[in-house]
Amino acid sequence: MDGLGMRRRHPGLNLPDDPDHIREQDENDVFGFWIFLMSDAVLFALLFAIYGTMLRGTAGAPGPAQIFKIGPAFIETMLLLSSTFTFGMASIALKRDARNKRLVFWLVATLLLGLGFLGMEINDFAGMVAQHATPERSGFLSAFFVLVGMHGLHVSIGSLWMVVMLVQLATIGRDHKVEINLIRLSLFWHFLDIVWIAIFSVVYLQGLLR
Amino acid sequence: MTEPGIWHFLLGNLSWHALPFVRAWRDPSVSEVIGAAAAAIVVLGAVALFVVITRFGKWRYLWSEWVISLDHKKIGIMYIILAGIMLTRALIEAVLMRTQQAVAINASGVVGPNHFAQLFSTHGTIMIFFMAMPFLTGLINYVMPLQIGARDMAFPYLNSVGLWLTVSGALLMMVSLVVGQFSTGGWSGYPPFTELSFNPGPGPDYWIWAVTLSSIGSTTVGINIACTLYKMRAPGMAWMRMPLFCWTALCTAILMIFAMPPLTVATLLLAADRYAGMHFFTVGHGGNMMNYVNLFWLFGHPEVYILILPAFGVYSEVISAFSSKELYGYTSLVVATAAIAVLSFTVWLHHFFTMGQSADINAFFGIATMTIGVPTGVKIYDWIWTMFRGRVRFTPPMLLSIAFMMTFVLGGFTGIILATPPLDFMFHNTLFLVAHFHNMLIGGLLYGLLAGYMYWFPKAFGFRLNEAWGRISVCCWVGGFYLAFMPLYVLGAAGLARRTQEIFDPAFRPWLIVALCGALVLFAALISLFVQLYVSIRDRDHNRVPVGDPWDARGLEWSIAAPPPEWNFVTIPHVGNRDAFYWRKRNQGAYRPADHYRDIELPKDTACGVIIGLAAGVCGFGLVWHIWWMAVLCLAVIVATVILRAFERDVTRIIPAARVEAVDRQWLAQAEAAQPTPREREQSAENQGLAQWMA
Ligand code: HEM
Ligand SMILES: [Cu+2]
Repeated sequence: MDGLGMRRRHPGLNLPDDPDHIREQDENDVFGFWIFLMSDAVLFALLFAIYGTMLRGTAGAPGPAQIFKIGPAFIETMLLLSSTFTFGMASIALKRDARNKRLVFWLVATLLLGLGFLGMEINDFAGMVAQHATPERSGFLSAFFVLVGMHGLHVSIGSLWMVVMLVQLATIGRDHKVEINLIRLSLFWHFLDIVWIAIFSVVYLQGLLR
Repeated sequence: MTEPGIWHFLLGNLSWHALPFVRAWRDPSVSEVIGAAAAAIVVLGAVALFVVITRFGKWRYLWSEWVISLDHKKIGIMYIILAGIMLTRALIEAVLMRTQQAVAINASGVVGPNHFAQLFSTHGTIMIFFMAMPFLTGLINYVMPLQIGARDMAFPYLNSVGLWLTVSGALLMMVSLVVGQFSTGGWSGYPPFTELSFNPGPGPDYWIWAVTLSSIGSTTVGINIACTLYKMRAPGMAWMRMPLFCWTALCTAILMIFAMPPLTVATLLLAADRYAGMHFFTVGHGGNMMNYVNLFWLFGHPEVYILILPAFGVYSEVISAFSSKELYGYTSLVVATAAIAVLSFTVWLHHFFTMGQSADINAFFGIATMTIGVPTGVKIYDWIWTMFRGRVRFTPPMLLSIAFMMTFVLGGFTGIILATPPLDFMFHNTLFLVAHFHNMLIGGLLYGLLAGYMYWFPKAFGFRLNEAWGRISVCCWVGGFYLAFMPLYVLGAAGLARRTQEIFDPAFRPWLIVALCGALVLFAALISLFVQLYVSIRDRDHNRVPVGDPWDARGLEWSIAAPPPEWNFVTIPHVGNRDAFYWRKRNQGAYRPADHYRDIELPKDTACGVIIGLAAGVCGFGLVWHIWWMAVLCLAVIVATVILRAFERDVTRIIPAARVEAVDRQWLAQAEAAQPTPREREQSAENQGLAQWMA
């Protein structure tokens, strides 16, 4: 029969396998966030497309080969990848471990890795600006800064969100809403990681291959 | 800091000259005086509203019953009120434009070129983003949860945020009449014309932020509608048992989710150019304006289906209800709707056949465009077959539906003409195009939204709308449309360009005068719509339909009281077939008390939605005038509100079972006492919302 019940449970719901634990609104909350991510993915796809068409619009300003540095970009990639791993551990703790200690540990680790990524990225940008490669010099630089900056903005929002979650864990404790929001944050975080993989390959690697 | 420094910090680029009153004082031309008068109307309107609300002591009521409400029904109604207000303004602007073109033949007319450009820009922007979008969002918000047997949308709080973001965008449009000037770049805002170097004033910025607010609001709406439909259908309401309006709502929502981001990207990148000196769409420095055109129409074409699909849904409901027949070809209508939604992403290039791509590419997109005519044609046949051998009642919504079928087919034919690239080279940018899209937007979208408004009004407010005035209004909408827009086909074919402020060929005069008359008739149509509302409210005690089913209709929304209780359904219904309520009432299943009355949990009202929405609007104003402290402050308010709301745990309230039972039993008693009405007398005071049915 078509109806409620277990069949409607959304796969991404990483909560203890206790049917009483899941409310109907949880389904909506997580599924709705997936839909939002789809919309957000369209945003990034478009920025990638714009970037692709702007590659030749350097207008005499520095181009990819002059401003990209593979070293920092690689370290940034590693930072984000390991932060995805640590968030994965946090998700396991959320599902398997009723105490908060492990969960908080992995969340803090993720946050630190995220902040490390942001710090390095800001440093990259500062270096480019010092080379006079600023976004108002050319269409290419505009597209680069907006694409990568948009990802950075997302990571910043994710970090702020994580701080809020840590505060909630400390003050409210692990109630239902906190759990659901952690699940959504984990989706967001992994999504940003995937976007970064695309940035690393399409923007940095390709830019340096030329 | 020096004196001017402080003022600049506080007020950004604002100056006395931004006020149209000051401009009209310095240069009292007709054009400026019209601008000042429009501003005066906005200001006086706002003051009058304030005085009236204060006079009747309604602030608290408005705030606690409406503004902070999370009830999907109230949010829907507020969306539609917004649409009505904006429709009025945009229609007045349309009449002004028609007047201008009718009198400005080898003369300067009533408004100057700059003012005329603002008129078509605001008219187009308002009609699309602040009339059509809120109207259809409001209808879906109100009706869809009732049709699927849900108590609310999936995300009531997000619903409120979306509403207030849209209202803020509309407020920015209104403020632009009083402070500064609006964009002259049309509703599509093409750069490089809207770039800083050609348009340094605040106009394009108003356009950017108003549209961005609306676009973000619509994205949230799309997510909400889609999630509601996926997750909150009543048990047994399988996909193929949903009313067709829900299907169109779903397709529209999916289009919103995928097609609003291109618009947001387009406006934000334009903002990056204008505010940060970047070079996305500039001339030179590697900028490429074609990227904007592609982004805009990647949104723009799906947008026209976002607009038209819900109207198709309304027609399906209305035609079936007023023909006393099951919808013909339900499955084909569903497939056609989905096909249109998918195809709508493959045709955007037909908006710029003339902008330099190769003939092969044009041919591809031309053919793709014509393909959409196929599923649309299927729909028209389905509706005709639904009427065939039905007991058709010519109520105002039904009249609108019939007018739609003929008008829309005509518009479809001219669409096929425009989809043929060689012909489009002749017709693009002329009034032929303007006639075509108004043919679709008025004869398709607007008729549908009005039909929906008239059809569901008794459900929402518990009394019928006056049918006589409804007929007058329908006649004016239909007659006015043909008078106003058929001449434009002729003029366009003769070569009159769109967006023309002054005309140099006297041979155009008779057609332009006819078009002006048509615009006046359309204005009369709007007035009669308001008269209808007034008369109906005045006579409401004669026209009440409390039992809730005035048209012997089919969906679950008719199975409850009119107006519905805030919890919609006492018990969530179980659905066994399509047209659930229709079968239930014929099998003694309707108007039954519940076996058990239980407590009902509903979302608690919150002011967070309105705070976020309005702060975003003020932030937009700050950005338009470069008042940075205001923009930053509002952004901080938004972030803080979002975070604080995340700490709120007390977000639901309980309606006790006893209260639910009392309300329900009272309604059941009304149903018991009511006299069933046969279809012939459904438009008389006899109709109490209990349908008499045969078999
Ligand atoms: C109801 C009566 C209406 C009248 C008399 C009317 C009249 C006009 C006129 C005179 C123009 C300018 C044509 C030109 O460029 O020379 C125009 C443009 C436009 N109208 Fe309407 N209109 C009406 C309704 C609507 C509706 C319902 C919609 C959409 C839902 C709409 C959307 C637009 C758009 C998008 C433009 C293009 C603006 C631009 O050039 O950027 N109009 N209309
Ligand atoms: Cu199109």
